[in-house]
Amino acid sequence: MFFSAESCCKLREPECGPCSAQLERRMNGRDDMSTESAQNTELQNGARLLIQALIEQDVEVVFGYPGGAVLPIYDALFQQNSIRHILVRHEQAAVHAAEGYARSTGKVGCVLVTSGPGATNAVTGLTDALMDSIPIVCLTGQVPTHLIGNDAFQEADTTGITRPCTKHNYLVKDVNELSRQVHEGFYVARNGRPGPVVIDLPKDILQTNGRYTPRAEVKHRTYRPQVKSEPARIREAVKLIAEARRPIVYYGGGVINSGDKATQELRKFVQTTGMPCTSTLMGLGAYPGSDPQFLGMLGMHGTYEANLAMYNCDVMINLGARFDDRVTGKLSEFSPNSQKIHVDIDPSSINKSVMVDLPIIGDVGEALEAMNKAWSENGNSLDQEGLKTWWNQIEEWRARHCLAYLQDGEEIKPQHAIKRLYDLTSDKDVYFSTEVGQHQMWAAQYIKFEAPNRWMTSGGLGTMGYGLPAAMGVQVAHPESLVIDVAGEASILMNIQEMSTLIQHKLPVKVFIVNNQWMGMVRQWQELLHGGRYSESYTDSLPDFVKLAESFGATGIRCTKASELDDAIRRMVETPGPVILDCCVTQNENCFPMIPSGAAHYEMLMGPDDRAAKPISEEGMVLV
Amino acid sequence: MAYGPNPQVGEEIATHTIAVLVDNEPGVLARVIGLFSGRGYNIESLTVTEVDPAEHLSRITIVTSGTQMILEQIKAQLGRLVPVHRVSDLTREGPHVPRELALVKVVGTGEKRVEALRIADVFRARVVDSSHDHFIFEISGDSGKLNAFTELMGPLGLSDISRTGVVAIARGAEGL
Ligand SMILES: Cc1ncc(C[n+]2csc(CCOP(=O)(O)OP(=O)(O)O)c2C)c(N)n1
Ligand SMILES: [Mg+2]
Repeated sequence: MFFSAESCCKLREPECGPCSAQLERRMNGRDDMSTESAQNTELQNGARLLIQALIEQDVEVVFGYPGGAVLPIYDALFQQNSIRHILVRHEQAAVHAAEGYARSTGKVGCVLVTSGPGATNAVTGLTDALMDSIPIVCLTGQVPTHLIGNDAFQEADTTGITRPCTKHNYLVKDVNELSRQVHEGFYVARNGRPGPVVIDLPKDILQTNGRYTPRAEVKHRTYRPQVKSEPARIREAVKLIAEARRPIVYYGGGVINSGDKATQELRKFVQTTGMPCTSTLMGLGAYPGSDPQFLGMLGMHGTYEANLAMYNCDVMINLGARFDDRVTGKLSEFSPNSQKIHVDIDPSSINKSVMVDLPIIGDVGEALEAMNKAWSENGNSLDQEGLKTWWNQIEEWRARHCLAYLQDGEEIKPQHAIKRLYDLTSDKDVYFSTEVGQHQMWAAQYIKFEAPNRWMTSGGLGTMGYGLPAAMGVQVAHPESLVIDVAGEASILMNIQEMSTLIQHKLPVKVFIVNNQWMGMVRQWQELLHGGRYSESYTDSLPDFVKLAESFGATGIRCTKASELDDAIRRMVETPGPVILDCCVTQNENCFPMIPSGAAHYEMLMGPDDRAAKPISEEGMVLV
Repeated sequence: MAYGPNPQVGEEIATHTIAVLVDNEPGVLARVIGLFSGRGYNIESLTVTEVDPAEHLSRITIVTSGTQMILEQIKAQLGRLVPVHRVSDLTREGPHVPRELALVKVVGTGEKRVEALRIADVFRARVVDSSHDHFIFEISGDSGKLNAFTELMGPLGLSDISRTGVVAIARGAEGL
């Protein structure tokens, strides 16, 4: 596994001859773990044990940033050619990149950062991954064991700081435990409800020799999430559904985390029963976005038809979603007349905010498979009369065309910008990420996702600065695909330094800035809730994004006129390498429909003229 | 944040004793405590010690209170922690024996001192240390008994109390 330093250039780029030769060797199986097993009994230093464990965990790429405490790991990385390293420009971006990689592949993303500031910079990313259930293993350097607790240089209590923002974390105290803990860490990150795991590695441990424990020998002592759901519950669910007259499926990111089987079984379930379905922000793509049975996203900026269907349904089937407050709106008026079935792998999601009638704990893919089987075995079908009436009602709501907007004149409406971006790329092998704000919601509303794993967005935490590094991670995993970050001009500045990473690693990410010169989402809330006092929400002194792109060695394009939009988008897509398209749009456009804070699903604001009739309650004012 | 009135309002608050069997690994107690503080749950009492040194298992006993919904959440959240083997709601699962131990220092002379000793006798508290002007009593029982004892000692020169917090175990032959 380990090569001499001279054996290859360290760029690890596909066009590097030696690198690709070695890559080929690996693919041909001549450099695989079987040759390693002889080493299992040999002593190696902690850094090498770590690399060996990562390889056995199928890690192909690590997103990282070096520093004193992790130098032994970087040294070991230098001397091998199995794992590629992507050098980011900020540790937060390393975690988001790993998230993008994980979410677009279904694999565990891997991060490597140094002690102290390296670890603290990673905290936002870890929290983001925890909130959205993304499997990440983050390796952090630590000061040597004997200095822990001494306020040593670049010491931080990393396990203490990250305890509430990880699914689990480890401080390795014995080199002979290192590989076992790494294998355990990957197991925990990947299984059950996925999430981020931190493994804190003191420098002395990395330099001490120890023994390797192979992956196959590691069995976790305690962690055994329930995967298979109880058959009796499945039968009950099928019975309940069979009696429904106004059923709806409400699914979330759990379906995507569960994998291909879950998305296939979801399609089968929705199509054989003939019922409508709606998705959370995180679930988009689990069911084809252009299918007529899909009502669009639900929740605060969801569609009229999805939210009213949720309010009026008589049986709700929640698949891998968590009744998040952005989805439910006012709890006491959330779908008041429905029987609720909730499938979730995490028992703590059950009855957390919404009491359900039939909880089913287990993997949503397994549960759906069992439900589909039970449904067809018993020759079930929904009451066709009832279903028809239900669909007629839904079509009436749909006829309001809640996402309609008026594009006239040369000023580009932001909705139009995103709609055209979608139209002009929908025939391509394309992945989207977003930053956070209005542009994110418009992207969720106007881009139709036909397949899972194609949509990366920061849902639970709402992290501005997520999109560019996430896109970077996606592009690393899918080098031939088109990867677009739909950005706001404020958000993009939070991790703009990653343009440099894109250039170094030849990652042709396209950044589509919906530039309204405002923190639009903040401005919208100030307009709605704070009497139009726009306190600090104007993004003054913006850079010239075209020149900024050029300064990094990327391409910059600006578009200010509706008549030039299509050309600009085509140029962005066709130009090789990273591109920033600065798309200057209407400044004061708001995102509709909107369920204001504290309001119920039926109290949606449909457009700018709608708000006077529905003042925001005091109760709603305190909510985020 | 929940979008609506606090679901706790108007619902009955109950106190439950929960036993948690965990791997005795570094940070496990911090995880449990962090869970309670981070999610705003109450801890009325918490005790922990290793109960199986060979298997490195510790048992944590928590007395907590909340609505039914919150109590269910607490158990589910505890069960979700990676090093947790088992969570058992002793209050829910049937009769159990809760016990607490206290050391109570009472300072005084004369009639008060005699009265303190008399009450201690009634409560079956043991004297573990004494001088001419103080006693240290050791008393065990459920928390109510300990509360009653310390209350009675108040006017008799109570000067210091140390309590262990509740440990509890289910009645009957079955183990955790
Ligand atoms: C790190 C971080 N800080 C602050 C916020 C609060 N916030 C939410 S949206 C937003 C404005 C985003 O502006 P922009 O990127 O221009 O997007 P727009 O809403 O204009 O489309 C802010 C400040 C956040 N979500 N994340
Ligand atoms: Mg903006």
